[in-house]
This record gives sequence, structure tokens and C-alpha cells, in this order.
Amino acid sequence: MSDYHPDQIPQKKPFSLQLDVSKFEPATAAEKEQHDIMRESTTFFKDGMRRLFKNPLAVLSIVILVLLIITIVVAPMVVPYGYSEVIRVNGQRDRSVTNLRPFTYSQLEQQAIDEGQQVFPHIFGTDELGRDYFIRVVFGARVSLAVGFFASMIVLVIGLLYGSISGYVGGKTDIAMMRIVDVIYSLPDTLMVIMLSVVLDQVLGDSLKGTILASIGNNMLSLFVVFGVLYWVGMARLVRGQILSIKNNEYVLAARALGAGAGRIIRKHILPNCMSVIFISAALQIPSAIFTESFLSFIGLGVQAPMPSLGSLANLARGGMQVYPYKMLFPALGICLIVLSFNLLGDGLRDAFDPKLRR
Amino acid sequence: MAEHLLEVKGLKQHFPIKTGFMKKTMLKAVDGVSFTIDRGETLGLVGESGCGKTTVGRSLLRLYKPTAGSIKYHGQEIDDQNIQGFRKQMQVVFQDPYSSLNPRMTVGDIVGEPLDIHKLYKTEKEREQKVVSLLELVGLNSDHKRRYAHEFSGGQRQRIGIARALAVDPEFIVCDEPVSALDVSIQAQIINTFDELQQKLGLAYLFIAHDLHVVHHMSRRIAVMYLGKIVETAVADDIINLPMHPYTQSLISAIPIPDPKQARERHRIVLQGEVPSPLNVPSGCAFRNRCRWRQDICAEQTPELRELAPGHEVACWNPQMPK
Amino acid sequence: MSQPLLQVKNLHTMFPTESGEVRAVNGINFSLERGKVLGIVGESGSGKSVTAYSILRILDNPGRITQGEILFEETDITKLPRNQMRQIRGSKISIIFQDPMTSLNPVYTVGNQLMEAIRLHTSRNRQQAQERALEMLELVGVNEPKKRLKQYPYQLSGGMRQRVMIAMALACEPDILIADEPTTALDVTIQAQILELMQELKNKLGMAIIMITHDLGVIAEMCDEIIVMYAGRVCERGTADEIFYNPRHEYTKGLLRSIPKMTTTKERLTPIGGSPVDLLNMPKGCAFAARCDRAMKICLTEQPEEIEINPDHRAACWVNVKEGALAQGGQNNG
Repeated sequence: MSDYHPDQIPQKKPFSLQLDVSKFEPATAAEKEQHDIMRESTTFFKDGMRRLFKNPLAVLSIVILVLLIITIVVAPMVVPYGYSEVIRVNGQRDRSVTNLRPFTYSQLEQQAIDEGQQVFPHIFGTDELGRDYFIRVVFGARVSLAVGFFASMIVLVIGLLYGSISGYVGGKTDIAMMRIVDVIYSLPDTLMVIMLSVVLDQVLGDSLKGTILASIGNNMLSLFVVFGVLYWVGMARLVRGQILSIKNNEYVLAARALGAGAGRIIRKHILPNCMSVIFISAALQIPSAIFTESFLSFIGLGVQAPMPSLGSLANLARGGMQVYPYKMLFPALGICLIVLSFNLLGDGLRDAFDPKLRR
Repeated sequence: MAEHLLEVKGLKQHFPIKTGFMKKTMLKAVDGVSFTIDRGETLGLVGESGCGKTTVGRSLLRLYKPTAGSIKYHGQEIDDQNIQGFRKQMQVVFQDPYSSLNPRMTVGDIVGEPLDIHKLYKTEKEREQKVVSLLELVGLNSDHKRRYAHEFSGGQRQRIGIARALAVDPEFIVCDEPVSALDVSIQAQIINTFDELQQKLGLAYLFIAHDLHVVHHMSRRIAVMYLGKIVETAVADDIINLPMHPYTQSLISAIPIPDPKQARERHRIVLQGEVPSPLNVPSGCAFRNRCRWRQDICAEQTPELRELAPGHEVACWNPQMPK
Repeated sequence: MSQPLLQVKNLHTMFPTESGEVRAVNGINFSLERGKVLGIVGESGSGKSVTAYSILRILDNPGRITQGEILFEETDITKLPRNQMRQIRGSKISIIFQDPMTSLNPVYTVGNQLMEAIRLHTSRNRQQAQERALEMLELVGVNEPKKRLKQYPYQLSGGMRQRVMIAMALACEPDILIADEPTTALDVTIQAQILELMQELKNKLGMAIIMITHDLGVIAEMCDEIIVMYAGRVCERGTADEIFYNPRHEYTKGLLRSIPKMTTTKERLTPIGGSPVDLLNMPKGCAFAARCDRAMKICLTEQPEEIEINPDHRAACWVNVKEGALAQGGQNNG
């Protein structure tokens, strides 16, 4: 006989189903555990990457950069021309090979093709000296990217070191170090680069001939020097700010209470928590360095000829712009694509990894 | 007489604060605090915001450099030279479970860090075992050591913090508002954890909190602080039932009681006015502006702690015997 | 018997996020009579604050009400157009928030903010608004009110700021005051002052109060009726005496058992095991079942309906059905 009498239980809303007494047995621990679901684990990195790939502009810029890098790595292997090589057809100098439009051939080359020879097309045409333009643009891009990368490395290393010492030590040291930064910040960078390259030219003269540095030239050297001397200050301020804010977190205090020394605290607690911000800032330095280098090359203070850079190519193309507009177009487009992509990627990274935007 | 585990005398912690151009005032966060704690005992430290209780905890551990005063542990004076050694015996659990754990470290690393710092193991395996046993001691399990702090709830994170403090096998833990940031139902879990660990490991606690219910439950003795000084110390039940300092009395009567009948029947002493700023502490007794029993002497001289009943100290010129 | 001032019927509020839908409120019902104090008790994640924001329709984007009605004086305010809703906010239904540090605008003077509230909802001119502002400051017990009008929030203490917030909320004599954890961020002695003030004002102005808090002590002091919330649902509702002395939902019982009381001896507390429910992954059946000592199989599969314990008290817990059934069965067999 069931214990359930519908008219004798305290009043309640009518159930649509008949009550099943067995359901009132206690639930077992196993059944309760199933009830309690835990979400899957993600790390900070995975979470950030996931958000990055949801950003269409960031993904687009990654694609562009990857394609660009593949091109400049693969092109010299595929295209048989050198960047400083004046094109010869069958060993002959060909005066008509200069200033060719893209995908056209000179007279001699046309003859050679008719004879059955394979002549690699000039994808971007040729320049006024008869050098294949495409390969020159590719090498120009290489130089620009390399300069951008190394310059931002210099900025990162110096800025990181300076900023972390200033931020962590604090007190009077911090104040003094930051005043130095203020002074440097106020120096006019372009002027300094120009002056420095002139000075370096006179001082070093030919002494670097034969070394690897000679190929990039004194001007580039002065660019690196100026970056090392001037441009690290923004990074230093950023690093110092990050360190100051992280220093006040309770887990740093907890580490001190455990007996951790300064080195350990910086290495294990402070740096890992600000690395993403610093990294992104360094990534955003690259387009700025490339731009500066392009600008310098444009005004003639850039890489030594015949080594091309996107800026110097644009400079050389200035003269014939009305007749041969493509010669200006390709390097300018190159600069735009690289700078824009890095900027978009940097922005995307910052948005994806910004802890304040996380839910 | 057996020595006290911890003996604090005249602890002062003043911070210089800029209050104007070229002008500095001393913020007297802690202004002459003395107490003792015995082995395995819990001393509760209560007070409202700005009274300096958190600062006492941190100065004790030399996380701030004390302006004055002596701190003796097992009879030995602690100073800047020997503090590293004492870190293995005196530990801390913080209030905010969200900011006291490094978000980039796994739980295993967080709990294992003290082992690394003090080199408390010989092999990797030993370290691993110690980490797991610490986690189990606080009610977590070994799977958790690979996860990150943000994947856990507030109560679980607090357990991780406790495990970290226990890693060095301390005798004394400063518990700085360890349950204030937790939900009511979780508070009870963590309070029980503290209780169990105290029984199992013989720990002594300085239990800092603003919730008198919790402090009363956890502590054998309670010290009440107001504006940087201790105004009354007694056994927990006496503080609640026989408070003698006017501030303590109003504090007790202000606490809401989760019992409707008692709430309706009780008589409340509602204090007028606000807590004065610690930058501008009134002369004499700091409480006098809000005290209904103030006398002239209260403005002239600062009262010292005097023993008015066995084990019951009060710093007041006109203590009120409760009815 | 008059119609209740406010009736919330089957309210559902949800926040869509990247990781899924957070179901903050899952079908709650309650009503508020004129001049009464209703307490909503719950922990973080229970949905109590979201309920308040839903009533005033000040939910953070992208949160929204997905179902239900909120009847204020017979009108469903969930369906009101925005300009009409604005007329209700601040003048018929007001709210005060938890953190007085961040709820006042730091760049405007106290007087400015008070007068803004007054001039938005009444036709007073500047002079009259200022007089009214002074009146309000005196009403809430702010000392030196003339001086305070010209001061900025940072110059006031926490208790003072909370009083200013109360003054702002009451300036237009609303019918309902919603207080969202009004004293949680304040010291105990200041809390006592503010609670006393709220009682006084309620008696003087005759408004109804919805008191939202997790502090059972505050609830016991202030409230006539209480609803206990967990995971966006009402577990139990009743008068203060019923809830505290005759709790019938396992969650309420667990809460009452787990708080340390100064009057009890120092026995071990009985906490509620487990962790709060994940609102992204709401389980079937009773949301509290995984943490409940007396969970039964039915608790895991079917959501309990509210069962009437007595006219003043209802609880949504299957244990009451079982107990009722066993009691009747015992009577029959005995």
C-alpha cells in the first residue's frame, strides 16, 4: 500500500504527472557528481589566441605577412636574377632592357624567346640600369624587415633592462632614471639621425670596408645607433609602468612573505605578467622602425647602393614617376602593406591579450 | 613561566604622506601596539577600516619596516638580518583570493614555490609528493596542481593560499581577513579548515577580521583596535558579553544579529559621527569625540592598557561596567 | 485588500557571452506591498542584484529580460518605452548601490548631483531645487549641509557618501526604494547608523523597501518578509520569523547552520559543501541538489515547485513533499 494520499498532503499546485515514490530515494554521491559540471581548462595563452583568431583584421594581417615572408624567402630561389645584376642576354649587354614595363621583354630577350630559350619574365619590369625590379623590391623588403626587426630588438632589450631596474628599485633611483628618459625623449630624432650619419660617415670613412657592415653602409649603422640611443625610452616608460602596477599586487607581497629574493620576484612574478604587453609594444615598434628607415632612404640617407631598400627604391623612382609610375607603386605598396599589417596585428594582439577585457 | 611564542611590544608603523607642497604628515597607522600569542593559540584582532589591524599583521612579518617597537619570536628579537630564517616559521594568508595568487603560475608552482625558495626537498619526486600532500591537507586533490588559479572559485583559491603558507611548515600564521571576500556558505568551509589545521598541526594564529562573529568563533582571546591602538583585550566571551571600553560596547551593539526576535529586543548604542582620519588623530584618547562618557582627562592624556579584571585589559579613563 | 505595489511574475534574465548564456534569473515571482520591507537574501551568483537591475531596466548591455512581467501599479514596466521608463526611475522607484566610492560622480559637487535628480523629475527651478537638496541632506542626517552641497565626493567619508546617495534616491519621494547591498562596504558602526536611518525614513515617508543583501543579520533587523534566492530562483519565501525559526529549504537551513553566531558555543560550523553553481551550465532539476545532503533522485531531474508550508511561508524543496507524505502515512498507519 502506497503512503501517498493526494488529499492529505499540504496544499500544493497540482502535478501533471503521478508522483513516483521511488524518486524520493536519496540520491547517491555519484549521481550528484554528475550534476556538478566543471568547465574545461584554458590557459591565458590559449584563451588569447582564440580571441585573436576571431578578429578578422588580425587574421587578414597575419595572412598578408605570412604570404609576404614566403615570397621574399622563396623569390630569390625562383627568380634567376640578382638584385644588382644588370641583365645580360646570352652574355650580351642589352641596352633596351632598361625601364621595361612589367611582363614585357626587351628586343634581345624577345629574340631569345623566339629562338626557343626560356627567359624568366620581369614581373615588375626593370629599372633604369637594367636590373630586374621584382627581385630588387624583394630584397628591398628583406632589408626593410630586417632593419625593422633588429631596431625593435635593440629598443626592446635596452628599454626592458632600463625600465625594470627603474620600476623595481623605485625611490630616488627611479626618479633620476626617469628624468634622464625625459631629456632623451625631448631630443629631435630625425635631426639626430641625420647628424649622426654624417658624423659616422666622416669618422668611420672606409674603415668598415670588407666587413659585413659595409654592405648595409654607414647610414644604416647610424640608424641602428640612433635607435639604440634614442628610441628605447618609450619602451622603458612602458616597462616601468607595468612593473610599478604589478609590484603592488598581493601575490608579489605573498612572495616576499615566503622569503623570495628580488631576482626571483622579477623573474617569476613580475615579468611573466607583463610580457604580453611588452611583446606587443615591441611588435608595434617594427612598422615604426621600417617607416623611419624608408623615410631616411627616401631622403638619401639610407642603405648604400646597390643594396636596395623599399625607401631607396621609392626615392629612385621619384624622377621618372610620370613616365614609369609603376616603379614608385611597387615599393610604396610594399611599405604600406608591411606597416599596415604589423599595426593591425599589434592592435589585434593587444585586444586579444588585454586582461581587462576578459570576462 | 613558559615563554610566549610571539611577543610584540610598542609596535609603531608610521607612513610619511604628502599633504601639501613640500609638506609631509605622518600617517600613524599603528601607534604603539603590544600583545602576546602563545603556542597553538589564536588571538583575534578586530577593528573597523583604518584602525591599522592589517598593518599590524604586515609589520609583524616585516613586510613593512616597523618605525619602532620590538618583535620577539621564541624569545629572539627579529630584525632585518635574521628575518629570512623566521620566514619558515611565520607565514601569512591574505584576504583577497583573487589577487594573492599569481595568474600565470599553475597551482603546483604556487604551492611549490616556498619549497623551492627554502630548498626543502632533494629530488623532483619529493617535491611533487610534498605538493600533493599539501593540496590534500587543505581539501583539494592532486589533479588540481596542473590548473591555473583563475579556474577555481574563491573558496578553493583561499585553500591554495593556505596550502602555500603551510608549505614551509610554520608554527604561526597571520590570517589577514581570510574569509571576508568569500560567500557566507564558503566562509564556514574555510573557517573549519583553519580549525582543523590548528588542531592537527598545533598552529598559532593572529586572526585579523572585521566580522566579530567569525573572530569570536575562531579566537581564544580578542584584541580590539581603534585608530592604531589596542583599546581592549580579553577572552573572547568576555569581549562579547562584558565589554568595558565604550568603543567595544558600541561595536558589539552595532553588529546585526541573525535572529529576528533578538534584533527586535536589543538595545542599540548608535555612535554619532565618523572615525577621524588617521592623519589627524585627536589628542589624548582617540575615541573621545564619539564617546558619551568622555571626561576632561580624556582630551589631555592618552589612556594606557590596564588590567581591570583577570586577563581583561582596557585602555580607558572611564570604563563602563556592563549591566 | 489592496493590490500590491509591485508584482514580479516569472522573471527570466539572461546575459549572452562568448562562452554561452549566463542565466542570471530563472523564473522568480514576488510581490511588494506599500510600506513594507522585503528582503532578498542570496550569495554571489544568486541573481538578486540582477533582479533589481531588471526591475529598473538598467541591466548592463548585453543582458536582457527574456521572459516575465513586472507590474508596477498595474502597468507592466518591462514593456514601457524608454522615455516613460525614465520617468519611473528616480521618481517612482529609486535605487541605492553598494559602493558609495564609485556610485557618485567624482567631478561634480554633491549639490550638483542632488539637484540633478530633483530637477529631472520635478518642475522646480534652480533656487527651489537647492532648497529641496538642503532639506534632503538634513533629512538624512548630513551635518553642515550648506557646506556639503559645495563639496566633492572625495571630501566625504563612506558613511556620508551613502547618506548622500540615499538623499538622491529619496529626493523625489519614490514609492519604492531598492537598496542593493547598501551597507556591505561600510564599517559596522556606520552600518548601524545607515540602517537606523533607513528605518526612520521608511516610517516618515511611508515608502516600500527592497533590501538586497547576503548578510543574514541585516535581513533579520530590517525585513518583514524575506525571499531566499539561489541560482536565479526563489528557494523559500516567508516572514522573517518563519524563515529564521522554521526554515524549510535545505539551502536556507545550510546558510543558517553555517554562520558563526556569538551566542553559540564553539562547536564546528556545518558548512554547505561544494561550490556555487555555474550559471553557464545550469543543471536539470534543483540547482542546489549537488550540494544538498538530503538530495533525492527526484531533485536531480525535476525542478521543485513552491510548496505551501503555511499561509506565510512557501518553500521550493522536494524534501517537504516527502516529509508531508511520510507524516500522513504515519498518521494513517498509527
